[in-house]
Amino acid sequence: MALLGTGILKGLGVTLRHFINTYAEDLKYLLNKSAAAQPRPLRRQSPKNKGLVTVEYPKERLPLPENFRYVPFLVFDTEKQEEKCTSCGICAKVCPPQCIWIVRTEDPVTKRPVPQPKEFYIDTTICMNCGYCAEFCPFDAIKMDHDYELSYYPEEQPHMRLVYDKAKLLKPDTYHASIHPLDWQRELADRAAEEAKKKAAAEAKAKAEATKPAAPAQPPTGTA
Amino acid sequence: MAEETPRSEAQAPSAPPSAAKPAPAAKPAAAPKAAGHGAAKAVPLATLTPEMQQLQQHFGENVIAPAPYVGVLLQDKSRLPEVAAYLRDELKYDSVTNLTAVDYIKDGYFEVVYHFQRSTGGEPLTLKVRVPRPQGNDLSEPVPSITSIYAGADFQEREVYDMYGIPFSGHPDLRRILLWEGFYGWPLRKDWREAYYEGDTKPFDSRWPGGHHQLAEERVPWADNVNYPPGFDPLNFHANPDAGLYDSMAEGVPGLKVATKNGHSESETTVLGNGQALAEDEELRTDQIIVNMGPQHPSTHGVLRMVVKLDGETVTDLKLVLGYLHRNHEKIGERNTWLHNIPYTDRLDYIVGMANEWGYVLTVEKMMGIKPTERAEYLRVLMAELTRIQSHFWAIGFLLNDLGAFYTPALYFITERDLILDFFESVTGSRLMCNYFRFGGVSRDLTEAQLAQVKELAFERIPRKIDELEELLTDNEIVKARTIGVGYLPADRSINYSLTGPCLRAAGVPYDIRRADPYGIYDRFDFEIPVLYGADVYDRYRIRVLEMRESLKIVQQCLQQMEQTKWGDIQAGKKAYNHRVPAGQAYARVETPKGELGFYLVSDGGQNPYRYHIRSSSFINLTSLKEMVVGHKVADAVVILGSLDIVLGEVDR
Repeated sequence: MALLGTGILKGLGVTLRHFINTYAEDLKYLLNKSAAAQPRPLRRQSPKNKGLVTVEYPKERLPLPENFRYVPFLVFDTEKQEEKCTSCGICAKVCPPQCIWIVRTEDPVTKRPVPQPKEFYIDTTICMNCGYCAEFCPFDAIKMDHDYELSYYPEEQPHMRLVYDKAKLLKPDTYHASIHPLDWQRELADRAAEEAKKKAAAEAKAKAEATKPAAPAQPPTGTA
Repeated sequence: MAEETPRSEAQAPSAPPSAAKPAPAAKPAAAPKAAGHGAAKAVPLATLTPEMQQLQQHFGENVIAPAPYVGVLLQDKSRLPEVAAYLRDELKYDSVTNLTAVDYIKDGYFEVVYHFQRSTGGEPLTLKVRVPRPQGNDLSEPVPSITSIYAGADFQEREVYDMYGIPFSGHPDLRRILLWEGFYGWPLRKDWREAYYEGDTKPFDSRWPGGHHQLAEERVPWADNVNYPPGFDPLNFHANPDAGLYDSMAEGVPGLKVATKNGHSESETTVLGNGQALAEDEELRTDQIIVNMGPQHPSTHGVLRMVVKLDGETVTDLKLVLGYLHRNHEKIGERNTWLHNIPYTDRLDYIVGMANEWGYVLTVEKMMGIKPTERAEYLRVLMAELTRIQSHFWAIGFLLNDLGAFYTPALYFITERDLILDFFESVTGSRLMCNYFRFGGVSRDLTEAQLAQVKELAFERIPRKIDELEELLTDNEIVKARTIGVGYLPADRSINYSLTGPCLRAAGVPYDIRRADPYGIYDRFDFEIPVLYGADVYDRYRIRVLEMRESLKIVQQCLQQMEQTKWGDIQAGKKAYNHRVPAGQAYARVETPKGELGFYLVSDGGQNPYRYHIRSSSFINLTSLKEMVVGHKVADAVVILGSLDIVLGEVDR
């Protein structure tokens, strides 16, 4: 095979083009005021970008997509001033590495379970960030977080600090709404639909009772 | 939540595993038990395909009988080589695609399962052999090896030996493969327990409603959780797990002094040649030497150790030491519920998580008899083909690294790969560990913005970048000089070695599961299976470029056809987390960017897989590395390994 070197020159041309583009792209944005308003990390992450792709972490950060998932947190309902979690235990069951520990609250008198967790632990050193807990929670009480910087120095005993208890896990639903706007919209719509359904059902019931008085309503009152 | 499995087992795994029968799914004798279990219950026997009937006619009905659920059972295991030769020569099953074993502890036997495959396509033929279960930790009765007929059985038989303690008589080099020589116990036997054993199956009761957090090391104190061989004395223990390895490479080479006493303790290995020999001899005589490449990244592909025997710079022998990343994935899979396993499959070949998930989900769907929705089918194809493109970008980039073009080409391609990963992240929430597939669907649909993002990639950016990649590399004289004719392995040998994926197609065999044993909706797309005939590193590079272009074609068609499906319709049936899979066995496979990824699953009708085996393409492709490398220079060995494109997460499992 003759080594004429045309292939190598062509390859070097590609490298040169990349080299020039890194400057050309930045120059373009410097000259164009409206484009420069776009934050640099966002621009560099775009599929249209031809120049440099790197950003200066931790000074600059790439914007996280809404679906991004890191270790979960518990949602605190600021309106009702209570935890949304009912300690049903589904998240503990679907958790593949089994990193969720829940203690149920018992009513001191009747010894029946109360829908509130007494203790809630997530061992984030084991958590694999799969997102099942948030996906299968029927009460929208546990969500995946966006905070991915969880490191500690060895002398801080990271293996103890990274086991999160309820106090550390609870975050207000306003925070959830701020990082998951679309999911929050869906939640509100779901809630509104449910309330409308409940209201309609109650109205229908009231109507049925109003139209059919006395006779059918007797058995329940009789047994009571 | 009445379906919780009551666990009768004590939590403390103190005693060494006895034959105390920790029932696989410790449930009170419920409905039909494990696959193949309980002869009293009528186990549905497999229906025989024409090939199986032919096999039965040739060998007689008392030799070949229908097996429970799937395949045929060979009654007389000593006739296995004869049957294998007949399968290869008469029935044209030219490779053994999967070889594994299952421990039916209740019935007291191991079942060795073979899947034979035709390189012209079609379903594999399943053959099973049974051996009685031995007492305690003893080896079982040997099963005849078929490595002389199918070279691809080599590593797979060693794996079965390693995990189950089933020896294969006639195997040329039967040593442990994923664990070290001297390991005590056979990890995939049902009565073996891992160090931090907590229960046979998840979910564990200690999490809910019990719930006080405890670290694993508090729960299971150290020293209570490791099994030692009887009479083990740590003070007098000298391990030399490599003695057998060096012994096996020293044979027949004069001048190479390897003084080992058989066994693992007191051997001393002198690997380098004896220096005095040179002075005594009159003529200059060269010695062959053994060199360890790795495990610290012989070629930036992970923790793999290549032990090469060198004559000058030429490789004369090669052995691989695997298992540095071994975590007993298959045992973890048996502890998990069906759903738990999906995110774990991401961690197999972590470059192509989505493709792995598809393999697993496809197998479980086959057993459950469900089909995903239209929309989900398209989303699956979209993700799998984007995965193929990004994996090939990665593979080519690092192949160039292995050639010595340090990081400039690799980083150009990683940039493109990263844009695809950005898309994965915005849809699924994670770049690599996507956890996107569900039984009967996928987890999320695309938004308008994500659709625009992927369209920009598929129609504008990626095609342009593949052109640029070719401009940079395909005609480059250095690339050509280093790769053409290197690592040659002809088609018939490739098939015999069970090689799959781009490497097989670069050897002139148009074998691709998407066409050979179709799954999903690949029949709706217009694409080709590219084939090249060079069977060397250069063609393995070029085939990947061609495959990227074909994948791009599929992605583009997929995006167009997807518009006709209903938005948001991504899950067939009700979304559930506690699946029960009907008792039975299934083997299904998908074409990942590395080759054929198969899952052999056995269900006993419960919430957890009874057996969870992965037919890993990276692992089996490595079987053929020796034949490709021997005769080449050391530097080429690295390049040839790079051209196989392995990922150690899947090799070691």
